[in-house]
Amino acid sequence: MRQKILIGIGLIAAGLLLRNIWLMLTNLPDEAFQGAIFRIIFFHVPAAFTAFLCFFASLISGIAYLRTQNLKWDAFSVSVTEVGLAFGAANLITGMIWARIIWGIWWTWDWRLTSMLLCWLLYAGYLVLRRAVEEPTERARLSAVMSILSFAVVPFVFFSIKWFRTQHPQPVLYGQGKMDTGYRAMLYGNWVPLLLFAIILIAVRMEQERRQRELDALRREIHAF
Amino acid sequence: MNDAAARNFEYLAYGLSAVWLVLLLYVLTLVGREGKIRAQIESLKRMVEDREKR
Repeated sequence: MRQKILIGIGLIAAGLLLRNIWLMLTNLPDEAFQGAIFRIIFFHVPAAFTAFLCFFASLISGIAYLRTQNLKWDAFSVSVTEVGLAFGAANLITGMIWARIIWGIWWTWDWRLTSMLLCWLLYAGYLVLRRAVEEPTERARLSAVMSILSFAVVPFVFFSIKWFRTQHPQPVLYGQGKMDTGYRAMLYGNWVPLLLFAIILIAVRMEQERRQRELDALRREIHAF
Repeated sequence: MNDAAARNFEYLAYGLSAVWLVLLLYVLTLVGREGKIRAQIESLKRMVEDREKR
């Protein structure tokens, strides 16, 4: 049943995505100054939103684990963090490809780019930390603390383009920024299938964590003989 | 289409491919991990059964 629901979500996401790609290539006009490459924003920004949402979920589950000591929260935390990292990587790479055309360079150490890279590395560090600690409850406790501390960078990444003068474009979705309604609708519309894919990946990863616990229990049983 | 516009589209294609490549790599990681966990569970279950028989 659970598998059927996930397949259903996957089919809806794929359908929406194909529709969006078709519309963004055939219906939406090129941006006046940037040309066709502007369309990368329809993946770049939703990927960042998805990553931030996953990191926020990791923060909440970290707090929930420390309050309840329930390992299910730890499983949820590692699942959302991994998926968030995948979408964070997609965000960084698409940004670099866009920058190569618009700025003529792949990378610059500007506030937004540097803070996003730092954020990504912090959450990658969370996964490295998990590998280093063998004992499950100790691992869960340290990981929860790490995910709570790592989230401190996320608001900084989000607002860095507002707080500092950056090479990265200024905000267009909030504050003084403006975006054509057709572009805006596509941006949010394309976030939906990416979110649905994220939900599927999180569900699959959580199931793996459940199996991993089963495996750990079997190992303990064998050592008890 | 002039050279700049063609290059623009070429990089757009790289960008869209990059998104799916990253997600595909993650999915492949999940599939690999799933296979490893299943194999380990099976082998441990057999080990437990063997010990119980003895």
